[in-house]
Amino acid sequence: MKYQVDDKGYYGKFGGAYIPEMLYPNIEELRLSYLSIIDSDEFKNEFEELLKNFVGRPTPLYSAQRLSEKYQTKIFLKREDLCHTGAHKVNNTIGQILLAKRLGKEKIIAETGAGQHGVATAAVCALMGMECVVYMGEVDMNRQKPNVERMKILGAKVRPAKSGSKTLKDATNEAMRHWINNPVETHYIIGSVVGPHPYPDMVARFQSVISAEIQIQLQEQEGKNAPDHIIACVGGGSNAAGAFYHFLDNNDTNLIAAEAAGLGVSTGRSAATTQLGKSGVLHGSKTLLMQTDDGQVAEPYSISAGLDYPGIGPMHAHLFDTGRAEFFDVTDEEAMQAGIELSKLEGIIPAIETSHALAIFGKRRFGNEEVVVLNLSGRGDKDLETYIKQGKY
Amino acid sequence: MGIQGRVMNRINYIFNQKKDILNVYFTAGYPTFDDTIRVAGSLQDAGADMLEIGIPFSDPLADGPTIQESSSKAIENGMTIHKLFHELKDLRKHVELPVLMMGYLNPIIRYGISEFCEACQRVGIDGLIVPDLPIQEYLDDYREVFMEHELHNIFLISPNTSEERICQIDEWSDGFIYMVSSSSITGAKKGLESRQLDYFNRIDKMNLKNARLIGFGISDHASFSKACEYAHGAIIGSAFINQLKNDASQEAIKNFIKSIKN
Repeated sequence: MKYQVDDKGYYGKFGGAYIPEMLYPNIEELRLSYLSIIDSDEFKNEFEELLKNFVGRPTPLYSAQRLSEKYQTKIFLKREDLCHTGAHKVNNTIGQILLAKRLGKEKIIAETGAGQHGVATAAVCALMGMECVVYMGEVDMNRQKPNVERMKILGAKVRPAKSGSKTLKDATNEAMRHWINNPVETHYIIGSVVGPHPYPDMVARFQSVISAEIQIQLQEQEGKNAPDHIIACVGGGSNAAGAFYHFLDNNDTNLIAAEAAGLGVSTGRSAATTQLGKSGVLHGSKTLLMQTDDGQVAEPYSISAGLDYPGIGPMHAHLFDTGRAEFFDVTDEEAMQAGIELSKLEGIIPAIETSHALAIFGKRRFGNEEVVVLNLSGRGDKDLETYIKQGKY
Repeated sequence: MGIQGRVMNRINYIFNQKKDILNVYFTAGYPTFDDTIRVAGSLQDAGADMLEIGIPFSDPLADGPTIQESSSKAIENGMTIHKLFHELKDLRKHVELPVLMMGYLNPIIRYGISEFCEACQRVGIDGLIVPDLPIQEYLDDYREVFMEHELHNIFLISPNTSEERICQIDEWSDGFIYMVSSSSITGAKKGLESRQLDYFNRIDKMNLKNARLIGFGISDHASFSKACEYAHGAIIGSAFINQLKNDASQEAIKNFIKSIKN
């Protein structure tokens, strides 16, 4: 259990709950109740039923033959892109809305970057008949228009975050301010493994269905329940947390994370947090954070709205700090190429976030007989405009 | 003189001397880079009782649009903690009032906790308000160094804070308790409603050892004097920032404070 959260809400020196006192009752309520709620049979039954029949789980573990041939290794794709609403995000929103109901909450708020978490939140709110407000950076609303409309069709109110860089960080600020203003009836569904304890652990647990399924599916297909390598992209890090979860303490499985380098790590237009960040506090946890020498949070940049975040979940900061996971930075261009390559070789257009993970194959060699699982976290439908503009296909 | 021969902290002193304390918040480096000392001096001359200097931060989670905007403007003006301490080096030549610094944790961590506390003491800061520093982390990692540099840490409570926790906060506070008037970010609501008065009453009856100042939603004479009925005074922030935005002259500051205190 070396890489799991400790009793005080920390992963090594990262984590904690650095929140204004106004939110203390909310966070404390969650902290005291989340484990007993999500471990109850009644909760598990409802959660699993919805994952099966609403989301379409289990998602396939697909042996990607042509990609494997190209990179001379055995590649399996965990098809989270086939989840209802188009990405892994819905695993968490279902878990949290069931939790919110049990806490007697009536309204839901969320932040979103690429819009995938917003859509997944709007969908479960529609499902449960709950009011939904999603904060989204103004810049992101422009680059992910289809998702803005999807949220609205699903009945959510989408509010633009107009401060700072007008992206995910600012949407998160606005959501937290909304929660401070409306603490009693509202539950805040955070979309990644960020925020004050217990959020990182709670979200990781809901997403851990990904690695639980990989264990079973790999056993069926390869006769072993753990891959040699598992690759995922990391913005806040929820899909990576889910894909790594059951392998965290198994040192035979190498964990590989892809961060967004934007135009390049040293260009000043990047979101590669482990390369550029220093220990700091943002959005309720102590973690690695891109910041100026004066401690102002830096404005990150990535072509991918879902990775455009100056921090990283405390679990991942700890995995980086201890050397448990390998971190690679992937530029916009490398990611776009990798996305198009997967489209041509396997007939799957991935989300640009996921394309960052795919670009690892061009950066690191894997053995012929090694089993590599890549978490295909989302589909590329929302990114068509970017593919059309940027992609060389 | 306080215990062990130390001079009594200015915060404790003012609560011993006066009632209906008016604490005024303003952002360092706003509206222009070198306004900090000038605004502080003008506030003192105008009759404020305590000052709270805000350290600008890019992501002020507990603040509404007014203070957010002043914070961004101050950063744009080039204000940093280093420059602020430089600007405040002669603070005590100009200002006798108790002075607090309010700031979010990240810039303070980056500056260095010990270095920060040392600099605060050097320029004559009496206490700190760090809204995203929770009590447990404070007790574990910060209290010792704050005390070493004679800095009072001011905790917030809100209408949703449990009585048990209020007692805990009262135990670890020394100076005053910052009562957030409603569940909100700064500057979000105007005036005080009856359920807020119920909350003020409830806390008033708890017989806490610390003095209390009410903040958030205090913007004029009516809300200030109402707050003074239930606590030892009040804190004005966003309303004063709005004043600075419109007119930051000494005369305007004087009139603003006069209008609050009447």
